[in-house]
Amino acid sequence: MKTRVTQIAIVSGKGGTGKTTLTASFALLGRPCVLADCDVDAADLHLLMAPTRLRTEEFRSGRKPVIDRERCTGCGRCAERCRFSALEMRNGLPAYDAFACEGCGLCARVCEAGAIEMREQRCGEWYVSETACGPMAHARLGIAEENSGKLVTTVRREAVRLAEERGLRAVLIDGPPGIGCPVISSIVGADLVVAVTEPTLSGLHDLERVAGLAARFGIRTAVCVNKFDINEEMSGRIGAYCREGAIALLGRIPYDRAVVESLARGEPVIRAAGSAAAAAVRGAWERLRAEAGWAP
Amino acid sequence: MILSVASGKGGTGKTTVAVSLALARRAAGAGAVRFLDCDVEEPNARIFLKPEIEGRREVRVPVPVADESKCTGCGLCAEVCAYHAIMVNRKSRQVFVFPELCHGCGACTLLCPAGALSETGRVTGVVEWGPADGILFADGTLRVGEAMSPPLIRAVKELIRPDGDTIIDCPPGTSCPVVQAVRKTDFCLLVTEPTPFGLNDLALAVEMVRALDVPMGVVINQADIGGGAVRDYCAAAGIPVLLEIPHDRRIATNYARGIPAFRAGEAYARLFLDLQAAVWGGRAG
Repeated sequence: MKTRVTQIAIVSGKGGTGKTTLTASFALLGRPCVLADCDVDAADLHLLMAPTRLRTEEFRSGRKPVIDRERCTGCGRCAERCRFSALEMRNGLPAYDAFACEGCGLCARVCEAGAIEMREQRCGEWYVSETACGPMAHARLGIAEENSGKLVTTVRREAVRLAEERGLRAVLIDGPPGIGCPVISSIVGADLVVAVTEPTLSGLHDLERVAGLAARFGIRTAVCVNKFDINEEMSGRIGAYCREGAIALLGRIPYDRAVVESLARGEPVIRAAGSAAAAAVRGAWERLRAEAGWAP
Repeated sequence: MILSVASGKGGTGKTTVAVSLALARRAAGAGAVRFLDCDVEEPNARIFLKPEIEGRREVRVPVPVADESKCTGCGLCAEVCAYHAIMVNRKSRQVFVFPELCHGCGACTLLCPAGALSETGRVTGVVEWGPADGILFADGTLRVGEAMSPPLIRAVKELIRPDGDTIIDCPPGTSCPVVQAVRKTDFCLLVTEPTPFGLNDLALAVEMVRALDVPMGVVINQADIGGGAVRDYCAAAGIPVLLEIPHDRRIATNYARGIPAFRAGEAYARLFLDLQAAVWGGRAG
């Protein structure tokens, strides 16, 4: 019988609130577990987990047009039909802008000369690695590439497979900032979303948006407030927001220079001995375990 | 000049720098200063600039609608869709459209041999604009649940005008949303912090900006917390470091209350006036 795998997605809305450092700390406290770095266009979890790479796979997704200039008659139909302005007629030939192209393939369909071929793109890599806390699935999206959502889905599928293969009960997902396609791919089907926020006007605004997104997909949200003491009034407002929405408040982590210093050394905060922030992270971890039903 | 403010890593201070730079540019007596918040997933600049919103426009992406009385069940629409946003039950001639997957390319509607498809619009977000302390402000707000931000980012950028200066606050990362925001700008400021994360993501962002062929400079925030690895990287890559902002709890507490760093005291105002001079003087000079 397969073990039931609990998936916990750590997100934030706003960037830089402490997602990755919390993910790494939770992994150290909850090991062995599986890690999934789903922030595929600015992946950082590997900097804290020192993974040893076991496998590298190519990520192919999407198609881009390749124009055969010999066959092109310069009719301009492709450029006329392209809604993304990725093709423009210049000196009687279509000039292609890869950064505007969304890979729809309409140009190839409307070309009567058969001069456009859609070719599959290699747009990143994904990896399986071993860390001190358990296996890790991660990726690197090619520079300026699209389809980050699909790469996130690939990383998550691999993470769940790793958990099942090794009989591990939990997958910790380090999610990207924002609320767009890679975030949606990171949280869909997860058991719990942990939103890491800061007591700032922007932190609260972004928390509301990301919690709204989780609610749309029917996923429970729990909250961790980082640097709660830089603005106690705003921390109070976040607490009230959580109570009103029946959102579990996992922890309030104080502003602590030890955090900044451990990050500058590339270490998870939990390793900082005697730090008030580290103690708060441990408390948050205990509540997270209860909230997610993550049996050790 | 059109200036984009970006960063690989989130939370390094993009909005702080972009807002303060706009205020400094205005204070330096430049002509029209436009501020466009293109971080449409989490637009925050208005918290600091407090614009009086005067106008609002919904941004739509075209999506197909089927007239099933005309559908022959041929399935060509589903075959041509690169995004799997349309499916056809060939027997019952029922067409299923998944609007959130549709990119609005128009292939299905154009190519349907029976003329059974037409288009309607799906709202992906709103663009709002208005004055803020002499700055012409605009931002985009992505609808919660909407996956695709690039069309909305393009809509915000339609407000760029040839006169004066435009400062664009970009989303974090290195993928399609930030590419849409940075492309076709004249200069890109990358904001980073001297941690291993900041450096890792800065290097990714530099590759992206190079691919877009936009000249760039770096701002190091909380510059005194880590070692010199970011500075060394910039020197080796030939990218100028235009400003170093010290680690200061005052900036964090002001930020929390929605006060821009430019207004956090004389010393900070000076920093951003100097940055303004370095960016515009260095280029237009």
